[in-house]
Amino acid sequence: MTLTLRYFAWVRERVGAPSETIETGAATVADLVEELRSREGRYARAFADLRSVRVAVDQEVADFTAPIAGAREVAFFPPMTGG
Amino acid sequence: MAARLQREDFDLGAELAALRAAAPGAGGLVSFTGLVRDRDGQVAAMELEHYPGMTEKALAAIEAEARGRWPLDACLIVHRFGPLRPGEQIMMVATASAHREAAFAAAEFLMDYLKSRAPFWKKESGPEGSAWVDARASDEAALARWSG
Repeated sequence: MTLTLRYFAWVRERVGAPSETIETGAATVADLVEELRSREGRYARAFADLRSVRVAVDQEVADFTAPIAGAREVAFFPPMTGG
Repeated sequence: MAARLQREDFDLGAELAALRAAAPGAGGLVSFTGLVRDRDGQVAAMELEHYPGMTEKALAAIEAEARGRWPLDACLIVHRFGPLRPGEQIMMVATASAHREAAFAAAEFLMDYLKSRAPFWKKESGPEGSAWVDARASDEAALARWSG
């Protein structure tokens, strides 16, 4: 399936792009992360420590165990610092 | 009853006057304004990044949640993004209610949720370079008091 990936803050800086469109068969966010990590070193660096990475599926905060079948957009970012 | 996201600064006095006019039955109005700190000259500029699309939805959801929990006559969130300098206003919340307890509690709730549940990220730049501001464990812990 076609999926838009979006990256923010230092995750964006490590990946080196704000967004991209990929083809993937990943079933969950965790599967997607593993797929990305195995692609290139920049992804491995961005996802080196998942304790400091948060995820949103279709603009709703989700867990790494969340299924992504049917999703259009998955975003990765550090913990939010609003306010 | 509003949540706004904008690059430009806001007029705090005008926002509060409008809120007061929209809540003629209110007995009190609470507001909080977040400012960019310079931390003893270590911060020359701040860049506030956000997630277009998700941010607007998150702000609206947080504001709706506050209105559902307390009897508010009016409620406002204004949050900026983009480049900011020390001393500038980052955001504001304001709540109006018949009694002060609800107005204070709702304003604190809004702040706690904006800190950890609104998709913003702050990058500070200064004489020693630039760095992303880390989320604090205490901010996440502050959310716990509103659950249950």
